[in-house]
Amino acid sequence: MKIALASGKGGTGKTTMAVALARAARSPVRLLDCDVEGPNCHLFIKPVLERSEIVTVSVPVVDKNLCKPCGKCAEICRFNAIASIKLAPLFFPELCHACGGCIQVCPENAIGEIQRDVGLLECGSSDGLEFIQGRLMIGEAMATPVIKAVKRYQSDELLTLIDCPPGTACPFAAAVRGCDYVLLVTEPTPFGLHDLKLAVATLRRMGIAAGVIVNRCVDRDNMIAAYCREENIPLHLQVPEQRRIAEASSRGRMLLEVAPEFGSKLREVLQMVTERISGGQR
Amino acid sequence: MKEVVIISGKGGTGKTSLTASFAALADNAVVADCDVDAADLHLVLNPQLSEGSEFRSGFAAQIREHACIACGMCASLCRFDAVLENGRATVLGRYRIDTDICEGCGVCAHFCPESAIDLHERICGEWWQAETEYGPLVHARLGVGAENSGKLVSLVRLEARRIAEERNRSLILVDGPPGIGCPVIASVTGASLVVIVTEPTLAGEHDLERILALAEHFSIPAVVCVNKWDINPEITERIEKRTLAVGARPIGRIPYDRIVTEAQVNGQPVVTYSSGPVAERIEGIWLEVLTSI
Repeated sequence: MKIALASGKGGTGKTTMAVALARAARSPVRLLDCDVEGPNCHLFIKPVLERSEIVTVSVPVVDKNLCKPCGKCAEICRFNAIASIKLAPLFFPELCHACGGCIQVCPENAIGEIQRDVGLLECGSSDGLEFIQGRLMIGEAMATPVIKAVKRYQSDELLTLIDCPPGTACPFAAAVRGCDYVLLVTEPTPFGLHDLKLAVATLRRMGIAAGVIVNRCVDRDNMIAAYCREENIPLHLQVPEQRRIAEASSRGRMLLEVAPEFGSKLREVLQMVTERISGGQR
Repeated sequence: MKEVVIISGKGGTGKTSLTASFAALADNAVVADCDVDAADLHLVLNPQLSEGSEFRSGFAAQIREHACIACGMCASLCRFDAVLENGRATVLGRYRIDTDICEGCGVCAHFCPESAIDLHERICGEWWQAETEYGPLVHARLGVGAENSGKLVSLVRLEARRIAEERNRSLILVDGPPGIGCPVIASVTGASLVVIVTEPTLAGEHDLERILALAEHFSIPAVVCVNKWDINPEITERIEKRTLAVGARPIGRIPYDRIVTEAQVNGQPVVTYSSGPVAERIEGIWLEVLTSI
């Protein structure tokens, strides 16, 4: 079973909830940190990292001895990653999407591929919890290849929890794609509500079922609760605003360490989600 | 012309609230919301007289069913697994392109022996040029789950610059996206200054390290302010020391206060909504920003 924690708006508590759910669950859990631009799960679960590998993307190289500068490679490239100059093509690797068009189109078979490093994948564990995270290298634009590398570890055999990047663009879509359910963590503010609506629209388009967790609520009858009622979206849990939770979290302490009463509530959330998934409800 | 970009690394540290206050404090600015896949600035700047335009970028492939001979060439060439085969015995509709996954490279269309694949330009979102009581605002909305957020960011910045030139405005204020990837890079390249808003948490501290490295990578001067600093004074101090150590400048602390959320609920920048300690601190930070550029 694959459950993603996402939000639209940043800083609403995705990581807090992902880690808390991972710790509350009674069954074996694999936690994937797909927020590769700012992976933070490790700060809370403090894993022992057992191995790491470099995430690479393919980029073209030309064999200048074979190239008879015809310009076909630059012509097929829709990402402006190739400039055709007199002697041989010039590649701009950071613009390349690795579609392979230039390789296919070259009449001299003069173009091959090399691997370019874009990120790091790390695997480890913490108290029986399996943990995998990705890190985008500084200055790299495309998070998606790193997210896809982390997502290779998602599994149907055990409970896979996926901490997603904020926003609703391609990194978010790559992280939630293929999940059974998305828990949208938000806060009862106009920004939280606005970005929640965008996330809901994206997930509906992708055909992925979703429910909501409200974090930092002052009043249970808030704007998010009203929206969920209107839109018929399950509201699974409301976590109150408490300074002691914020302070503990700032030091890397987990929700369940300061507020153990949430353990049973989070298990109920997992139970509800499991039932929804097996019931095939949307 | 100066361009100041407000970024954070970690999401939800207060970029938009701070940008809104800067917009209210600035005399002669154009504001650009470059957090295009979760744009919120318009919720507190209340734009009027908006003029919207489509944002078109990139392509999506589509197979013309009747021309397709089901040779499978497209499926074998596609590097993104965007060509779906649904296994039916008849030719018609056997191959289909998942436009959500398609990156629009056009390789399938180029090599299709029957020329049965078309490329359609994608409508990837919408952007607006608007007026607010604090000056012109350019904002956008990326299409649902769409790609090319970096290109939309560049478009928003370019339009803001055009307006600033037309109206003789000397400053562009950019509300940036979280993270360190494509839209962030598109937001900061060539800027005069980045204002990094962080929070005193291990996560804030961790992500600050990465965003400072990004500013350094692109040789952009950086200043740092710590929001909700009193949640953890010890980490606040550590953050400020670290900021100095990497050659950036700490320019102030903002206390934790419900007034920030209250102002947001009332659809106003904090500095116009209240005159308490948060507003005072932000005014001080704004003066530091002005001296930094």
